[in-house]
Amino acid sequence: MIGAGHAGLAISRVLAERAIDHVVLERGEVANSWRCERWDSLRLLTPNWQSRLPGYAYAGAEPDGFMTMPELIRHITNFAAVTSAPVRTHTTVTAVRRADGGYRVATDQGEIRCRCVVLASGAANVPRVPALRQVVPEPIECVTAFDYHNPQRLPRGGVLVVGASATGVQLADEILRSGRRVTLAVGEHVRLPRRYRGQDVLWWMERSGVWSQRYDEIDDLQRARGLPSPQLVGTPEPMTLDLNALQSMGVEIVGRLAAIRDGRALFSGGLRNQFALADLKMQRLLDTFDAWASSAALDIEVTPAERFEPTRAPTAPRLSLDLRSGEIRSILWATGFRPDYRWLEVPVLDRKGELRHDGGVVADAPGMYAIGLPVLRRRKSTFILGAEDDARDLIEHLAGYLAQGGRHTG
Amino acid sequence: MAEVSVNNGVNIDALLAAREALKGAPEAAKFTWRASCKWQKGTHATSTVQGFHGLGDEQRHKTQFSFETDHPEVFASEDHGATPVELVLVGLASCLTAGVATVAQNRGIQLRSVEAKLEGKMNLYGILGIDSDVRNGYDDIKVTFHIDADASKKDIEALVAQSQKRSAVFDIVTNPTNVTVEVV
Repeated sequence: MIGAGHAGLAISRVLAERAIDHVVLERGEVANSWRCERWDSLRLLTPNWQSRLPGYAYAGAEPDGFMTMPELIRHITNFAAVTSAPVRTHTTVTAVRRADGGYRVATDQGEIRCRCVVLASGAANVPRVPALRQVVPEPIECVTAFDYHNPQRLPRGGVLVVGASATGVQLADEILRSGRRVTLAVGEHVRLPRRYRGQDVLWWMERSGVWSQRYDEIDDLQRARGLPSPQLVGTPEPMTLDLNALQSMGVEIVGRLAAIRDGRALFSGGLRNQFALADLKMQRLLDTFDAWASSAALDIEVTPAERFEPTRAPTAPRLSLDLRSGEIRSILWATGFRPDYRWLEVPVLDRKGELRHDGGVVADAPGMYAIGLPVLRRRKSTFILGAEDDARDLIEHLAGYLAQGGRHTG
Repeated sequence: MAEVSVNNGVNIDALLAAREALKGAPEAAKFTWRASCKWQKGTHATSTVQGFHGLGDEQRHKTQFSFETDHPEVFASEDHGATPVELVLVGLASCLTAGVATVAQNRGIQLRSVEAKLEGKMNLYGILGIDSDVRNGYDDIKVTFHIDADASKKDIEALVAQSQKRSAVFDIVTNPTNVTVEVV
């Protein structure tokens, strides 16, 4: 197992249940990415009661709250302790290579030979920043969500936030509250209300079964796997943080950052359609919830159906911004993350560097598995509560592979 | 998703098969489109298209297509054809309309009629060099679709949104494109 985050530990727990001998390699401490690679104020966007792992539920006093990073680290560390996971901390994997009957895993603490490898090293190891960053003019400071800690560390002055995923909208909000002007460049995005019909929207995602939809039931899986994270935020008091909320607070919305030319940032004129697509998709999802609520005769438990105001389009969104004028002092790239597989010396990546796998069973590499990637086996795969079902499916496959002697079957 | 009974004249099975085939052949997906233009007189010019490159080979339209462009009489021209900026609207309208038909076929929506009206607003202070703060091109384009189809208003809106999302001309018009002009 490579990585002692919640996904790797969930796998470890399921392996222990089946008495399959294993070890979990961790470059730092348990829950390392949550410790070292997140901004100060971040909270989970899933409510506490959803932070359950195999055989381990949230037992605190605020089931409807949202964990801060220290709380989440404690939660995952406790899970590791309760399950007595065989974690080797401060053990960095430097290479994974094929070996006869399995794999050789090189680490800075020596080599391990194994029949199976589970990649649980995370989906968000490296920020994905567009090539445009290379042509940002000199005085502008570029920051990614990885380098960002809090608004005080940003230069004084206006900030251009690129990307309207959960990260983008949360940081736009926080930076605006620090007294800076914020311009948010918006491409494809996923709009969601925080609460719907008296329940958290993620309660609906789970209870209605949408989150359990399997990867092999999804029409355009590639698209589903590439979707930005939903515009949600975990705050002490639940709040919706969509583009209408941000505009009301004073964030200026512009189209997708399409180019930087002669020191000017150029934004797409297709903003209205991005709004239309996100609004339509949200409507369709809420329709799904309503249909499920009626069929499950839940109408008495939940408040009546609600519809939300369409995203307000600015009358004349700006199409360009002079990056040399001093209006903007920094650019925050909230343009997503990708996994880091530089240590993986087995040819399992496609031409874009993505892992080739069928529901977490890595292609052309018998005995190699992955967990914790977007829509790995279900829509909920990257969420904490999504780890259990995926772990059980994968370990079922892995146990079958070991039982038949770990031979290549193809 | 396509239902057998729906026919908008789009061969969706062939398109989907081509999409699958091109996934495994990235070079074949690289197309080059071409046009030639010949000056006639005044602002009148004749443009033609026929050959293009794609699927790893040279391709040709069945015939050569020809387009006259000119400026109208209010610009002291002879009005032998559409103004080039009108052709941009034509390109956008026809691209979005083709997209509507294709997406409708893929979603099993039978179309009865699709009409689009386009308006592009332009301030001549730009091209006439009167005010350097005014751009040459359109500052706003509005497309209005009237669609009669076997679908709810919501589904028709989704159809038009998806058509924009996958439209080449919509992308070209709304996003900057690098252009090189040379004299040889």
